[in-house]
Amino acid sequence: MTTDWTNARLHIVTGKGGTGKTTVAAALAVALASNGRRVLLSEVEGRQGISQTFDVPPLGTEETRVARTAGGGEIVGLSVDAKAALMEYLQLFYKLGRAGKLLEKFGAIDFATTIAPGVRDVLLIGKIYEAGRRRKDGKHRGASPAAYDAIVLDAPPTGRIGRFLSVNSEVADLARVGPIHSQAGSITTMLESDGTVVHIVTLLEEMPVQETVEAVHDLREKGLHVGAIIVNMVRPPYLDDAALDQARAGRLHKPSISTQLSEAGVKVTPDLLDGLLDEAQNHALRVDLEREQLAILEETGLPIYQLPALPDGIDPGEVRELADALIEQGMVK
Amino acid sequence: MTAAAQPQPSGTRASQAAPRLDIDALIGDRAIGIIVCCGSGGVGKTTTAAALGLRAAEQGRRVVVLTIDPARRLAQSLGLTELDNTPRPVQGIDTSAGGSLDAMMLDMKRTFDEVVLAHAEPGKAQQILANPFYQAVSSSFAGTQEYMAMEKLGQLKQSADRWDLIIVDTPPSRSALDFLDAPNRLGSFLDGRFIRLLTAPAKASGRAGLKVFGIGIQMVSGVMTKILGGQMLHDVQTFVAALDTMFGGFRERADKTYRLLSEDETAFLVVASPERDALREASYFVDRLEADGMPLSGLVVNRIGRVVAPGLSPSRALAMAESLDDGTGPRSATNAAGVLRLHATLVRQAERQRELAERFSRGHPEIPVAYVPALSQDVHDLESLREVGDALAE
Repeated sequence: MTTDWTNARLHIVTGKGGTGKTTVAAALAVALASNGRRVLLSEVEGRQGISQTFDVPPLGTEETRVARTAGGGEIVGLSVDAKAALMEYLQLFYKLGRAGKLLEKFGAIDFATTIAPGVRDVLLIGKIYEAGRRRKDGKHRGASPAAYDAIVLDAPPTGRIGRFLSVNSEVADLARVGPIHSQAGSITTMLESDGTVVHIVTLLEEMPVQETVEAVHDLREKGLHVGAIIVNMVRPPYLDDAALDQARAGRLHKPSISTQLSEAGVKVTPDLLDGLLDEAQNHALRVDLEREQLAILEETGLPIYQLPALPDGIDPGEVRELADALIEQGMVK
Repeated sequence: MTAAAQPQPSGTRASQAAPRLDIDALIGDRAIGIIVCCGSGGVGKTTTAAALGLRAAEQGRRVVVLTIDPARRLAQSLGLTELDNTPRPVQGIDTSAGGSLDAMMLDMKRTFDEVVLAHAEPGKAQQILANPFYQAVSSSFAGTQEYMAMEKLGQLKQSADRWDLIIVDTPPSRSALDFLDAPNRLGSFLDGRFIRLLTAPAKASGRAGLKVFGIGIQMVSGVMTKILGGQMLHDVQTFVAALDTMFGGFRERADKTYRLLSEDETAFLVVASPERDALREASYFVDRLEADGMPLSGLVVNRIGRVVAPGLSPSRALAMAESLDDGTGPRSATNAAGVLRLHATLVRQAERQRELAERFSRGHPEIPVAYVPALSQDVHDLESLREVGDALAE
C-alpha cells in the first residue's frame, strides 16, 4: 500500500459526528494552499461549517474566497447545493431553456434532489467532479492549467460515507445507458483513481475509533483509496508513565504532593487534595483508554497524524495552527 | 456511591441559570408514551436513549428502545450481539419494579419490504420487490431512514399492550429536522403533479394517456427520457405505479405518526454536547419544535467536564505548577506540577462548556436542562448506562 498521495488532488475528509471533521478539512485546505497554491474547500450538507470556521458571511452557490495564505495561496469556499448543481448540469449538457423551468414547475427538480434515490448525492459529487476538471480559462478541456491545485471535500460522516461515495456506481447500474450512466461512470473512475484519497478524522474514544476502522474496511472494499487517519483534539498526558501508574492505582504519594503544594503556596485542604488525586486517577484511566484506541488505529497500517486539543475552541487563527501541525508532521509536503 | 461522598462536580452548577430537567418525573409520568431523542451526530443521543430506557425499565415501565443507527452502538452498550429489526429483550436488568426493556435497531430495507408485503396485493408486492428502482430506493433513498423510522414507530405504537413507553433515537441525518420533515416531503410529492406525470403513461397504457396533460408534460417527459434514458424512466414509472396503490396508506400512517408526535403523550428531548456546533444545532431544533407545536421537555447536555477539586483557580494552579516545575525539585514536585496543570485544564474546559451552555439558556430561558458529567470510561455496558441514568436524573 502506498502512503504517498502526492498525486492526489481530491481529498475527501470524513469522520464521526463531533470529531471536528469540518475543522480538520479547513486545516488541510490551508496546509495545501501554502506555497501559493489555490485550493477549493467544499461542503455538501448545507451546514455552513466553512463560513463559520473562517468567520466569513454564509456561502452561497458561488465559489468565494474565504482565506489567503502567506505564500500567495488562497482557499475558495463552496457550499454545494443539489438543486443549483442540477440546474447548472442541465443547462451545461442539454441547453434546456424553457424546459428547465418546466421541470422545476412540475416538481421534477424537487423529486430528483430530495426523493429520487441517490440522485442528490450524484449531483453533489458531480459538482466536485466538474470543479476538478475545470481549467483556469473556465473550460473543461484544453491546455490551460487546472483551476484548482487541490480540492478538499468536507464529506458526510463515516456512517454515510461509503454509501455517499459508491452512489455513482449504483446509479450507473440503474441507468444502464444514456448520459446519466456515462456521467456516473466517469465520476466513479475519478473517485477510484489515485487522484482521490479519503481521510478519516477521529478522536481517541471507542466509538469514533470503531467507526473509523469500519469505514477503512468499507471504503477499501469499495475500491477507494484511504489516505490518512487524523486524530483530533489530542491532549498530552500531564504525568509521566510512572506517575500515571500510581495515579491509576490511587497511590500517588499524598504526603509528598501535599508538601509540594504547600511549599508552592497552596492552602491544602483534605477536599482539595482528594479532589486533585481523583482528577489524576480519571486522567490516568483516560490516558489508558486513549493508548488502547491509538493501538487499534495503528493496526490499519495507515499513516496517523495527531492534532492538539485547542483550549479555547476554533477560530481562523487556530485553523492555521492546525494546518502548520499537518505540514510539520508531513501530511502535506 | 452515596450522595454525601460524591463531591458536586462544579460543571453541573451551570444548571443554576436554567430550570432543571426532571428526568425521573418524565419517565415516571405514565401519561408519557413516547420519548424522542434528537440532536446532531456524535452528541450521545443513542447513549441517552439507552440510559433513559434502562432507568425507566428499572423503575417499572415496560420500555422499548428504537435506534436507527448503522454503527450498532446501542447493541454494544446493551450487551446485545444482534439487533435485527425486531425488539429483543435486554438481559441483566433489574425487573423487581415490574418493568421490562426491549431494544431494536431499524433495518430500513426490511421495514420497507414489510410495508410492501403488508399493504400491496400479493402480485404487485412481488413486482415491486423485484423492481431495480425499488431496490435502490429501499436501501439508499435520501430520507428512507426517516420514513421508515416513522413507520416503525407507528408499528410499535400499535403493539401498545407490550410496551407503555417507546424511546426513539432519531436517525443520524444531514439535519436533525429531516425526521420531522419526512412525512410532509412525502406528502407533497404524492400530491404533486410530478407523480401524476410518472404514473400517467403506465396507467393509461402508453403515450395516449399523456395527451390529456397537454404539451407541457410531453416536453417534461421527453426531457426526462433524454436525461434518464428510456429504460430507467420505465423502471421508475413501473415502480411508482405499483406503489401507488399502497402509497395512500403509507402516507396516512406517516401523517398519523406525525400527529402522534405532537400530542401530549410524546416528549421530545434535544441532546447536545457542550460544544458550539452541537449547541447551535440544538438551538435550531428547539426553535423548530416550538414552531411546530411539538411537546419539548428539555435539553440534555452530555459530557460536561468534571472538576472534582474545589476552590483552586486555573491561573493560580498554573502559576504554582510553574514554580514547582523548575527541573531541580524531587519527583513529587514534578508530579504535583502535573496534577496542578491537569486541574487547570479541567477547570478551563468546564468553564468554557458552562459558558456555551449558559449562552443557550439565555436564548431559551424557559427550556429545562439536564447536565450529564463526562465519565472517565466510554459507555459500553449496563453498569455504565446506569451511571449515565443516575447522572441524568441528578
